[in-house]
Amino acid sequence: MKAGRGPVHPGLFPKETIMRKGFMDRASEILVAEGVTKRFGGLVALDEVHLQIRRGEVHALVGENGAGKSTMMNIIGGVIRRDEGSIRFEGKEVDFATPMEAIDSGIAVIHQELSMMPDLNIIENVYMGRMETHYGRIMWDVMAKKTAQQLSRLGLTIDPYKKINRLTTSHRQMVEIAKAISTNAQLIVMDEPNSSLTESESERLFTVIDNLQKEGISIIYVSHKLDEVLRIADRITTFRDGQYVGTLERSEASVKKIIRMMVGRDVEVCSYPAGKTGDPVLQVRGLNGQMFQDITFSLKRGEILGFSGLVGAGRSELARALFGADPVMSGEVILEGRPVSFSSPQKAISAGLAMLAEDRKTQSIFPNLPIWMNLSISRLSQMSRYGVVDWKKVARIVNEYTAKFSIKMGNNQHPISSLSGGNQQKVILARWLAVNPQILILDEPTHGVDVGAKADIYTFIHQLAAEGLGIIFISSEMPELMALCHRIIVMHEGSITGVLSRDEFSEERIMTLAAGYAEQTV
Amino acid sequence: MDQTASGIESSWLRKQFTRIRSTQEFVVFLVLVLLFIIMSLASPYFLKTQNLFNLLRNMSTIGVVGIGITMVLITGGVDLSLGSIVAVTAMFTARMLWMGIPSLVAIPAGFLLGFLLGAVNGLVIAKVGVPPFITTLGMMSIARGLTYLFATGVKGAVASNIGVTNGFILAVGGGYLGVVPNSVIEMVLLVIIFQWFLNNTTLGRQVYALGSNREAARLSGVNIVKVEVFVYTLTGGLCALAGLMYAGLLSTAATNAGVGMEMDVIAAVVIGGASLSGGKGTIIGAVIGAAIMAIIKNAFVLLHLPTFVQTITLGLVVVLAVAADNLRKD
Repeated sequence: MKAGRGPVHPGLFPKETIMRKGFMDRASEILVAEGVTKRFGGLVALDEVHLQIRRGEVHALVGENGAGKSTMMNIIGGVIRRDEGSIRFEGKEVDFATPMEAIDSGIAVIHQELSMMPDLNIIENVYMGRMETHYGRIMWDVMAKKTAQQLSRLGLTIDPYKKINRLTTSHRQMVEIAKAISTNAQLIVMDEPNSSLTESESERLFTVIDNLQKEGISIIYVSHKLDEVLRIADRITTFRDGQYVGTLERSEASVKKIIRMMVGRDVEVCSYPAGKTGDPVLQVRGLNGQMFQDITFSLKRGEILGFSGLVGAGRSELARALFGADPVMSGEVILEGRPVSFSSPQKAISAGLAMLAEDRKTQSIFPNLPIWMNLSISRLSQMSRYGVVDWKKVARIVNEYTAKFSIKMGNNQHPISSLSGGNQQKVILARWLAVNPQILILDEPTHGVDVGAKADIYTFIHQLAAEGLGIIFISSEMPELMALCHRIIVMHEGSITGVLSRDEFSEERIMTLAAGYAEQTV
Repeated sequence: MDQTASGIESSWLRKQFTRIRSTQEFVVFLVLVLLFIIMSLASPYFLKTQNLFNLLRNMSTIGVVGIGITMVLITGGVDLSLGSIVAVTAMFTARMLWMGIPSLVAIPAGFLLGFLLGAVNGLVIAKVGVPPFITTLGMMSIARGLTYLFATGVKGAVASNIGVTNGFILAVGGGYLGVVPNSVIEMVLLVIIFQWFLNNTTLGRQVYALGSNREAARLSGVNIVKVEVFVYTLTGGLCALAGLMYAGLLSTAATNAGVGMEMDVIAAVVIGGASLSGGKGTIIGAVIGAAIMAIIKNAFVLLHLPTFVQTITLGLVVVLAVAADNLRKD
């Protein structure tokens, strides 16, 4: 980091120095995108957007789902090509045709869904496509050493020969970052890097980002989590509906300000008043399963019962078992006074249960099928006579629910994959309400959903409870649980560690229980 | 006012046209029309009524089995045993008839065997979880073996075929209604019925759901075992019908009937827009695919080209059809 020792890479200066001196005014921006436009058929995904990334800064890119962030990142990373506009990287005009070209120029993109080869080891994943060989023989030892070095830069000591499928999600994330820095990337794009990380794992990621920044690497950080954005980003750019809205310095930014830029209006996670509850509709006693033990709780009509816990607490597994998707080992489930046990989701649905699954992409949507079918699939048999679909009924239900949930779409014949994440989630929520359930299980209903759709979903949850549904609400976001729930059950490694009622809610208390500490009631 | 009404109507028509034009079937249909025009210019015999009906009759067995295979492919599966089931069901019926068992028993028994073998495929795949490729590869061999078994004991050792004289079977496979071969009528009726079925019944829509996202289908309350067993069972039954059509056309049930047929059927279905990864495809598409293959085969006969050119061309067409669809999406 000593200046004046020959041609040192400008990134190695502390960035304050660069800014103050201003001796690299023109080159202080590593990436400048101007007037970038991208169309998919008739849809304009990006409309003349701008983006300027300074050398060595952490630049957050925020916006609702469908705002065009991922499209922009895909263009920068060479996954797709722009239709119009210019992008200059390191002062040179670039137009990457393949991700490889972007990598060779010094841009690495870590995609939202990790794209790894689970059955191969860390070395292969880091060096895939550019394996070091000696007359065709792979130089395992050399690469293992280098891989270990990259990993230790990230504060990680794991055996580079370990297979990816034996790593935790956070470690996989680190391997992706190791891969990015091993390409000598000057610009690393992280698309929602911590959507599946726990709090402590996120902390480590932030430390890593901090270290990378100190080495002069620029980072584009795409995220929905505004608290984090405010913590780690130097500047924040907002996109809305494919358009550039503005860029804020961290000092002038606030959650409220960013949200207003993202949605064009003020949104707050206001607390919803707790509605009246009725008789117990579901009682669970001593339930044991693969990933949870001795679960006992009851759910009343009109109650929103929250489930909090860290990743691996067994909440989703419990929900799946209740819904008949996974087997139950022992214990009792009593639905409206009758003991039940479901061997398949189909049976659970006909008994009055509905479950919005944890992962929308792999567990909920039929990507290439039309919106109407994604919405009506669970009720299709009830809307049929002798197995023949009654199209009038289907049309009525589809129209009713797309209006009720204000689902933004061109035509319900279009595939659901043409919708933004938030609208997809609303379609799935509509699917479950269309079966008129008694009990609705929501597993991370706002995961990967934009701010506007989130607020809509909260309102629906609150309304549904008021209409008398019993709701099990699993979430990793404590504010939303505290805003909506009557009670919150906290789980840790498959067991219930505490039940909090509304007047006992606090993030500290939930975290303490989620971390496995018994509660000290003072 | 009049103007507005006609404006709406024309925009509706335009919309319908855009919708039809955007389907893969439409592109494949254009290819079919193009081939048709080329052939009618290239050979004076092509447009003769008899040639056209021969062509249709030749594709009818592929079309009938293609209905089932389309559904199998939509669920994301595959069925390699179809040719062997075609052979074994026909042989089973022929053997029973040869033994003097009345046709009222022998013919339904053949269908029953077809449904049964299909159901075994479906149950092994859905319940036990053996991949469709392996399950039906096994069944391909088992059913072929059974065909030889049913053929043995007729005039000595293994008979290569058993003659069929039953009037009903001859009519199913070789009869005519006026100038139209019965097998063509059968194919057209079944295509209409099952295209309607796929679009308008719960089970039909669940076939698509299963292929589009299996886990989501299960969590949405689709009985995935039922759907999967259904498509393979139906395919078995359709193979049995194709077996009768084949036996009726040739007046004999042959041990080598349907050898290599899986290539033709799967190719036709894939040309018609179905995807091996599931969730996509239509029966109309499969029939157009079968027609394209039939015209190409017909062309080589009429133009006196050697067989190897035909085989190479068919292979190219399959790959090009899928490649064209992929390129069109970009």
